[in-house]
Amino acid sequence: MKYTEEHEWLRVEGDLVVVGITEHAATQLGDVVFVELPETETMVAAGDEVVVIESVKAASDILAPVDGEIVAVNSKLVDNPGLVNEDPTGSAWFFKMKVDDLDVLDQFMDEDEYADLIG
Amino acid sequence: MSDLKRLGLHDLHVELGGKMVPFAGYEMPVQYPAGVMKEHLHTRSAAGLFDVSHMGQVILRPKRGMEALCLGFEALMPVDVLGLAEGRQRYGLFTNETGGILDDLMFAHRGDHLFVVVNAACKEADVAHLRAHLGDVAEVEFLADRALIAVQGPGAEAALAALVPGVAAMRFMDVGIFGWQGAALWVSRSGYTGEDGFEVSVPEAQAEGFVRALLAQEGVAPIGLGARDSLRLEAGLCLYGHDIDTGTSPVEAGLSWAIQKARRAGGAREGGFPGATRILRELAEGPERRRVGLRPEGRAPMREGVELFAADGTPLGKVTSGGFGPSVEAPVAMGYVPASYAETGTVIEGEVRGKRLPVAVAEMPFNPTTYKR
Repeated sequence: MKYTEEHEWLRVEGDLVVVGITEHAATQLGDVVFVELPETETMVAAGDEVVVIESVKAASDILAPVDGEIVAVNSKLVDNPGLVNEDPTGSAWFFKMKVDDLDVLDQFMDEDEYADLIG
Repeated sequence: MSDLKRLGLHDLHVELGGKMVPFAGYEMPVQYPAGVMKEHLHTRSAAGLFDVSHMGQVILRPKRGMEALCLGFEALMPVDVLGLAEGRQRYGLFTNETGGILDDLMFAHRGDHLFVVVNAACKEADVAHLRAHLGDVAEVEFLADRALIAVQGPGAEAALAALVPGVAAMRFMDVGIFGWQGAALWVSRSGYTGEDGFEVSVPEAQAEGFVRALLAQEGVAPIGLGARDSLRLEAGLCLYGHDIDTGTSPVEAGLSWAIQKARRAGGAREGGFPGATRILRELAEGPERRRVGLRPEGRAPMREGVELFAADGTPLGKVTSGGFGPSVEAPVAMGYVPASYAETGTVIEGEVRGKRLPVAVAEMPFNPTTYKR
């Protein structure tokens, strides 16, 4: 598992990258009440806002961590946004991306580095 | 947060795991470990305890009799003060010369004086306003040494009555003074959640013991400002500075119920308050715009500032409060629209992240109130 400074986790599944938010991020957001997912088969660039997530407190975005194509989204989250708080690193993944080269993930933090970041 | 004032019970909030944030010049607990959603639902199903000691507590003591005091206070509000019975509380609002609202408040008739509770952010201005206008008829005593604790929800009566049995006999908007361990508790049966419940003014020195005794009662949990906001929003209650302010009149705001007959056209003491021309005209002819409840048709919350439009693109107004309603299990909001769009069921649009989404004008409260009338 890799981690971004935006508190996303990235997991490789075959030739795809699965993206979610960390437990730390879910706790900070508070109870999630709304999730808006991107269309599949969309090309995105690193830094694009691809998911909108609203908690009881505020709205925030989830950014595409790398360039690639959105090939799947977790539509369960639309009907059950609370899953993001219940199981952020498991069943509450947001989207899957196809990337040119999985080596692009090398730039991100590993678990120890992320643990240091959130202190 | 060094410029912020601390509540007397600050250390207790930290001990309870409260996340402290700046609000109205104070460090306030926005939530406890349970989180906003659970705290909200807990208040509706059991009992929530809120520390609202940041609010201003003021005593108006008559210099020339209660009648002169009540009439003097009435000159600041479109409200019947003289007709309030001893032992009762009423909602009031200070208006300005253009009919806008300077602050909203609660006032209680306690026999030989009035007890007033005002919003934290307005309290210095309110005290100055009272001293400037009531100097001949009242001593204005600002109380800095009393905490204010609300306990709200279906379990509130049992929890408070376990400490102070007499409160069980109170009805909505009754006030009374009760002894507890040598302290005088000033109790009113009222609140800001839409639930039955009480607000209790307690001397600072006994506040911690009182709060700990309440928290020890079955079903009582501490509740932060986050849930306080979603609870009052579902109850359709205004937040000063957001849903009402110096630019909104009480009639536009849907607060005409707070203007009793005695102060209306043809009443015993018609007018005679700041902004009477506009307010009486709006009562007679209807206001140009109204505060309405809003139910977004999708799941996306429409928060404060979201702009509202007619289907043909005409700008209508803005959302003044909005978010997710945990008991309603859907987003809820309130805002101002022209009177011609204010009818329940009218579908308009709110712009969220550049997209115009359908939102229906709806009845408030969004969640039924359970006041013990």
